[in-house]
Amino acid sequence: MTDLSQAQVRERIERRLTSRHRKEKLFRGLGIASIAFGVLAVVVLFTDIISKGSGAFVQSAIELRVHYDEQVLGIDKVDDESLAWANFDGVIRQALLQRFPEVSGRKEKRELYSLVSTGAPFTLRDRLKADPELLGQSETLWLAADDDVDTFVKSLDDSKNGFRGRTSDQKAGWIQQLMESGELKKRFNTTFFTNGDSREPEQAGIRAALVGSLLTLLVTLLLSFPIGVSAAIYLEEYAPKNRWTDLIEVNINNLAAVPSIVFGLLGLAIFINFFELPRSAPLVGGLVLTLMTLPTIIITSRASLKSVPPSIREAAMGMGASRMQVVFHHVLPLALPGMLTGAIIGMAQALGETAPLLMIGMVAFIVDVPGGITDPATVLPVQIYLWADSPERAFVERTSAAIMVLLAVLIAMNTSAVWLRKKLERRW
Amino acid sequence: MTTMTLDAAGQTGAAQPKTVERETVDTQRKVTETVGRPLCDNAKLRMRNVNVFYGEAQAIHNVSLDIGRNEVVAMIGPSGCGKSTFLRCLNRMNDTIEGCRVEGELTLDGEPIYGPKVDVVPLRARVGMVFQKPNPFPKSIYDNVAYGPKIHGIASRRAELDEIVENSLRRAGLWNEVKDRLDKPGTGLSGGQQQRLCIARAIAVSPEVILMDEPCSALDPIATARIEELIDELRENYTIAIVTHSMQQAARVSQRTAYFHLGHLVEVNDTEMVFTNPQHELTEAYITGRFG
Repeated sequence: MTDLSQAQVRERIERRLTSRHRKEKLFRGLGIASIAFGVLAVVVLFTDIISKGSGAFVQSAIELRVHYDEQVLGIDKVDDESLAWANFDGVIRQALLQRFPEVSGRKEKRELYSLVSTGAPFTLRDRLKADPELLGQSETLWLAADDDVDTFVKSLDDSKNGFRGRTSDQKAGWIQQLMESGELKKRFNTTFFTNGDSREPEQAGIRAALVGSLLTLLVTLLLSFPIGVSAAIYLEEYAPKNRWTDLIEVNINNLAAVPSIVFGLLGLAIFINFFELPRSAPLVGGLVLTLMTLPTIIITSRASLKSVPPSIREAAMGMGASRMQVVFHHVLPLALPGMLTGAIIGMAQALGETAPLLMIGMVAFIVDVPGGITDPATVLPVQIYLWADSPERAFVERTSAAIMVLLAVLIAMNTSAVWLRKKLERRW
Repeated sequence: MTTMTLDAAGQTGAAQPKTVERETVDTQRKVTETVGRPLCDNAKLRMRNVNVFYGEAQAIHNVSLDIGRNEVVAMIGPSGCGKSTFLRCLNRMNDTIEGCRVEGELTLDGEPIYGPKVDVVPLRARVGMVFQKPNPFPKSIYDNVAYGPKIHGIASRRAELDEIVENSLRRAGLWNEVKDRLDKPGTGLSGGQQQRLCIARAIAVSPEVILMDEPCSALDPIATARIEELIDELRENYTIAIVTHSMQQAARVSQRTAYFHLGHLVEVNDTEMVFTNPQHELTEAYITGRFG
């Protein structure tokens, strides 16, 4: 040991002090910068999605006075059979011609008829079905406008001429006319939340995909949480530490890194080809996503089991609690909040997963809202992918709107997880 | 432990001339047999030729010791001498440690403690344990004490359970302090209260033996004094084995004291004898504070 006077030591310390402080500041600055970058990215993402997608929540509608003319409809009574082949198209055409009596000629008429959505006849049918008394009567109805009209109307907000696309000058004139008289308005788009997918943007809705996603997640959660937690408990609390358990641990860690499409292929080969489960069903989707989320849940559950202080285990064991009692009375309640976090991370991953579901047929065009886990269904991310792929311009805003719904589901899931955690933690 | 031969006085220099005069004790030397009185007539716990291994390393060498009924036996010795390991053999808490192996004959009232047919659950109900660090469950005070009776099915009715909880807390000298907040978490108590809660929890299942692993090492002197009083009272009904770092504590609470050294049981004798007239050179060196 060299002899340093106290003054020398102090001097050496102070010489280093400036650079130490500088490094400290630099490190803090770096931290703040990365957080700022993250926040900026989130803000940009959200602004972009919300600005693009908010339009999808309103839909242009045209007010028309329709007359349920028995002759035009070609029916004389209201029952299921007659409603099925009644000519509601004719009624709408008649109403449109009444509104614009000056229109003549085949081409112009066809142009006029395309103002209203091709789904409008179904609206009339539903009206008449609900109230058969309307037959032979007239009423004023708001009918969804065609997606070209809708796109044009919405683009008018941004520029004076708007986006014409397939809209002719004449049609644009009619639209302007209707808007001025208040017969064409943007109204809240309930269709988006009540319908399944459709080729026509104005009739396309998120409901089927949302229900499909929820059903798939339900299957995933019900399978992966109990299986994952039991596996974690066994590996952490019961299994002897030997070569076999080491091998299992390595494999679980590897599985967590396997590309998700591989799980899709596995699901296709096993669940659909071998077990002959129905294609495109949330059941199979949930099974595949269970395979995918299991490693995540097992790893996080084990970590939270490990973090339970050994003194609690010893205390319980010293009282003569059996292994199972130690686990279920003491370790599990303390580890549960951490396990829930892991499960939610896994679920969030599963919610956003597309690739494995493509392999098992959940990419199909499905119009009906699934009623159970064996009905054909699609899920939100696949719906987003399908809409993003569609040529109609009105699907652009619907794609963003679907992303908003997906994010809303995610946020709801995370919030409930935080709430659940708080609740469970407060018990102690 | 490294060789702490006591010419280490060289480090402190001439400031303490006394230590220079001290004779050197070879703390590494082999201890072949226990001196004093390791066995007794009315043994509750009987240990013969106990060897404990952690993997390859041997932690306890050929220890034989009896712990009598209603007797408090203190186990003292320098850190790492195996006294805690030995204590934990008595209710098989070492089972959970990977690679730990116990050999020898251990019996409780003549019944074997180790063996393929022995169920540790009733064993641990009979041989309770209090740990070094107070470790109440993160539950209410009531649930902490009621846990043992509940899992063993001792009390069937709520009133019975209430009575057990109250009695245990009274015996642990905690009742008056906590009777108004039985539903508050046990972790909210002070360190000394927590340790008494752990004692109450241990005695709630009416064990026959209580093992205490340095129960006062995390407590202040006042809390320690209360626990020591408590041990003295508990002796009437229980057999107690206590590991302690404090020789004063051993002298105050125990009837017999066992001195462990590097996994060997060096000396066991009446506590008074050990502290006034130790038979073995190592014991003498330890209790006079020449190493530790």
